[in-house]
Amino acid sequence: MTTKRSPLVRVLHYLAVTVLILALLSPLVGFFINAFAFRWFYPQLIPQEITFRAWENIADPNSKVIEALINSTIIAVSVTLVSIIIGLPAARALGLYQFRGKTIVEFLILAPTIVPGIAVAIGLNINFLRWGLAGTMLGVGLVHLVPVMPYVVLTLSGVFANYNPEFEEQARTLGAGAIRTFINVTLPAIFPGIVVAGLFAFLVSWGQYILTFLIGSGRILTLPVLLFSTASGGNNANIAAMSLVFIAPAILILILTSRYLSGSSSAIGGFGKV
Amino acid sequence: MTHVSLNNLTKIYAGADVPAVNNFSLDIPTGRLIAFLGPSGCGKTTTLKMLAGLIKPTSGKIHFDGEDISSVPSEKRGAVMVFQNYLLFPYMSVGDNVGFGLKMRGVDKKVIQKRVAEMLELVKLPNIAKRRPSQLSGGQQQRVALARALITDPRVLLLDEPLSNLDAHLRDEMRELILSIQKDLGVTTVFVTHDQEEAVLLADDIALMFDGVLQQYAHPVEFYTRPISEKAARFFGGVNFIPATRTNNHIKTPIADLKFDAQYADKAPSGDVVVTIRPEQIELNSNQSHNCVQGVVQSRIYVGTYTRYKIALDDYEIEAVRSADTFGQIEEGQSITVHFPEDKLWVVPATDS
Repeated sequence: MTTKRSPLVRVLHYLAVTVLILALLSPLVGFFINAFAFRWFYPQLIPQEITFRAWENIADPNSKVIEALINSTIIAVSVTLVSIIIGLPAARALGLYQFRGKTIVEFLILAPTIVPGIAVAIGLNINFLRWGLAGTMLGVGLVHLVPVMPYVVLTLSGVFANYNPEFEEQARTLGAGAIRTFINVTLPAIFPGIVVAGLFAFLVSWGQYILTFLIGSGRILTLPVLLFSTASGGNNANIAAMSLVFIAPAILILILTSRYLSGSSSAIGGFGKV
Repeated sequence: MTHVSLNNLTKIYAGADVPAVNNFSLDIPTGRLIAFLGPSGCGKTTTLKMLAGLIKPTSGKIHFDGEDISSVPSEKRGAVMVFQNYLLFPYMSVGDNVGFGLKMRGVDKKVIQKRVAEMLELVKLPNIAKRRPSQLSGGQQQRVALARALITDPRVLLLDEPLSNLDAHLRDEMRELILSIQKDLGVTTVFVTHDQEEAVLLADDIALMFDGVLQQYAHPVEFYTRPISEKAARFFGGVNFIPATRTNNHIKTPIADLKFDAQYADKAPSGDVVVTIRPEQIELNSNQSHNCVQGVVQSRIYVGTYTRYKIALDDYEIEAVRSADTFGQIEEGQSITVHFPEDKLWVVPATDS
């Protein structure tokens, strides 16, 4: 960015960024206006009246938005934690060691991103029904792990690819046991990577509709599921308000973790490049 | 203060055909400074890591002061390793790095602070406890790593290539620092190096390793005067090798019959051997009555502090190193008398490549 560019390139650069920001933000603006609009009809450019009716609607227990919000949060948080706990050893093996069949393992871990979720869900549903997992929070959480794991393992294995395990050996000879070594040496090194992987895990689980719908057998109500049925109801204000409730936590988390996301930072770096 | 002994230590890595370390036995008296010397891949670092408890031996035992510590985990062994690339924890201050070992032992914070200051004083880097490792030069990081190892009062100090990442002038400084600290504290120390000069300058005794096998374990002088094999001699810069047969103090070579010093006769191999002599021990234009051979000067190279000659003796060529001022006295193509002092000759087994 420090190299000098011709004015034309600069103008194009700013233009592209502006278009990108507008493209990303304009739907949100629409939601925002809609959520507070009272009888907003063509040809009015902006609503004539502001109301909080939609917010009262979704706060009403009958709307089940609160219940869905709680369910979504429980599932996404648990899925995030579990995916990191099982993803860490896998990522370490993939990032640090060479072993026979490594490419096959990598491919299999990536596979869920290629196979459509609906195929996975229908296949799993039969077994989950048999095991009594269908229609339970546990079942939904488990099935969310399928699309979540590739992101977690890939992000974390990138961290370990830059990680020097000799730091752990150093800590051991200095008198730190396995657990202290993990807490004092491994964790600080991979923490930024864990944050990024956790962010992916949370967002993928948070936005899951089809898997929740099928495995939850309609009994597990999460925000996307509720949003779908509300959307077909046709009340624009309610849809917009609910959509904002749906995207707010995601955006909040994104903002909180954004400093770990920039590519040039040593964030996903391990200690390797020290 | 620990007496270390390695008994028949062997390491075979999973999937490997040849052992990385093969039946390695060694005794390190308390307070000695020992070098594991050898080319890269000879198993010296593997052996060091087995001492540290970081690599589990396939077989064999390690004793500290007679106590078998083979199954004691690394963190309880008191064998602290300083790695080649220092490995200071980047997110901790220098002080926290140095104090790490004590913190892991649950030592009181105030005591740690005091000890950290002492240790940084010891490595001649006072008042840098608050800095970050990334603000330090390579040499400073090395010293901090040394302080971090020594703060735990290790039973054994293990240094992996302690000088190889440093510039030439820093290397001398660091070598002297290691030497003086090691002598002061009297901590039994093992360091690994591929550089024979470094080993000679620093170590009390050198353990020379090739292909996972201990070749020779002796005082540095021995490697120059009485190497165990041609390969060992070559590793220490030996260049003169002529096939021979030895019976008692008589050596028969294709170029001449030589007399061998009787005091070494029973320590040296006999029968088919290779006779060797250091280039700097060969005398030129000598008027000795025996162990003299006529040769022709092939080339001479003036190196400033000395002059290096290549001299043809029939079908063999030897190298002699003489003082720089002989440069004007000996010409290329000149015929010359080469004297092999009998007490400087040595023989190694012929079977060696």
